[in-house]
Amino acid sequence: MLKHTPLHAAHGRLGARLTGFGGWEMPLQYAGIVEEHLAVRRAAGVFDISHMGNFTVTGPGAAAYLDFCLTNDVNRLAIGQGQYTLLCHEAGGVIDDLYLFRVKPEEFALVVNAARTSDDWDWLQTQVDRAPTRDGFHLRDDSSRFAAVAVQGPRVRGFMEEVIQGGSIAGMLVSTVLDLRRNQWGTFVFQGGPAGVARTGYTGEDGFEIIIGAEQAEALLEALLDRGGPHGLQPAGLGARDTLRTEMGYPLYGHELDESISPLEAGLGTFVALDKRAFIGAEALREQQARGIGRRSIALRMIGKTPTPRPGYPVFVPGADDTPVGRLSSGTSSPSLGCGIGLALVPVAHRAVGTRLNVGIRNRLYPAEVVAKPLYRRPASPG
Amino acid sequence: MSNVPPDLKYARSHEWVRVEGAVATVGITDHAQAELTDIVFVELPSPGRQLSAGENCAVVESVKTASDLYSPVGGEVIEVNQAVVEDPSLVNTDPFDKGWFFKVRLSSMVDVDTLLDAAAYRKQIGGA
Repeated sequence: MLKHTPLHAAHGRLGARLTGFGGWEMPLQYAGIVEEHLAVRRAAGVFDISHMGNFTVTGPGAAAYLDFCLTNDVNRLAIGQGQYTLLCHEAGGVIDDLYLFRVKPEEFALVVNAARTSDDWDWLQTQVDRAPTRDGFHLRDDSSRFAAVAVQGPRVRGFMEEVIQGGSIAGMLVSTVLDLRRNQWGTFVFQGGPAGVARTGYTGEDGFEIIIGAEQAEALLEALLDRGGPHGLQPAGLGARDTLRTEMGYPLYGHELDESISPLEAGLGTFVALDKRAFIGAEALREQQARGIGRRSIALRMIGKTPTPRPGYPVFVPGADDTPVGRLSSGTSSPSLGCGIGLALVPVAHRAVGTRLNVGIRNRLYPAEVVAKPLYRRPASPG
Repeated sequence: MSNVPPDLKYARSHEWVRVEGAVATVGITDHAQAELTDIVFVELPSPGRQLSAGENCAVVESVKTASDLYSPVGGEVIEVNQAVVEDPSLVNTDPFDKGWFFKVRLSSMVDVDTLLDAAAYRKQIGGA
């Protein structure tokens, strides 16, 4: 039985085609994946991301506990700042990737993947007694209390202030939501209730993610569509969310990341503070770093007109067509670039930009080239 | 509501057939293109290939999925539509005309007789 977000009825009214994802019934698309994708690149799109899990950790020991569980350096977070970070096990494999925000001095919010919410929660519980702190802290699973939407695209700043009005009351203190910088969080007021707003996203475009009480979700979506509509805002589904993030080379848990892949292999070393105090997985990751990372997640761009590369398709070195060197972890037709693109975990010998590789599609080989991430770069803004 | 032209024959697997003499033109229906959504790639059989009715002979890809196309009729492929290979979105915008896939010289009329007429196909896809 798939779970429904607080916006389920609204999706029906908006004509969404639904799909199962991480235990939830979510919009795959409304007007169409390509149209929604291009709306986000050129104007704006709004996504229901209420399926994502939401934990709160409070108390004087919260920072030390989270710093022990997560790979990024929690102590670098000032009030109102967020960071991308990873939850690893002892061997350095990834349990989940998530966003951590410091909402108050002793209060943190974690936004985790829908399909990983219960595994994350169980893991975090088992680490409570191992945390290197005597100060108290408390974990709370807020996943079912909140809804969340992502509003993404270059024209979002044109209407965001009309929806989230006034200054913040907690987190980063700013007089308008537009003063939030990348990765910053502020708590604002929407129609009399609190709304957590972060300048973050999963599309590569400017934008915001808004966490709000479940009972206010419909009013928020309505206000966004109402104010954003004249700016080209469209509701967008998981289909566009996936093509957008693939163009940016962003990892999706279960594809680029899982418990057998380390963040270093996934190319996420920036988010692993190897030199901070002890954290779960540190020894394994330091050893991997010292020994040399044997395989890396690369981005591929198909050359010429080819069928669409899709997850699981084999990747070959030209001239060695019998054994694949890896498989696509993600793959799609890029609406922005008009060609097939993919991500794959391959031996480091094949990671250099410009390396030619072949992708096997229905028993035929098609040429591809290793390219830098992101695969798509926003054109310089005109004038 | 999907368009179901009355002068065509239909396969349960959502292909349409236009029969002119001994030549059948094959494409996918408006209903099929709407279900597939944005079509980004079309792979067609080579001219000269002999097809049996029901044979898997082409691939239609949307952003999300790749779908096989089954020839509703048997015979030799005599022409393919290069325009849909160049611009697969023609299948979305004009499935019954510019978005045709290939033409077959029919080996027999028996296959055509087993296909659905417009009314039966409309019923299959839940139309009135």
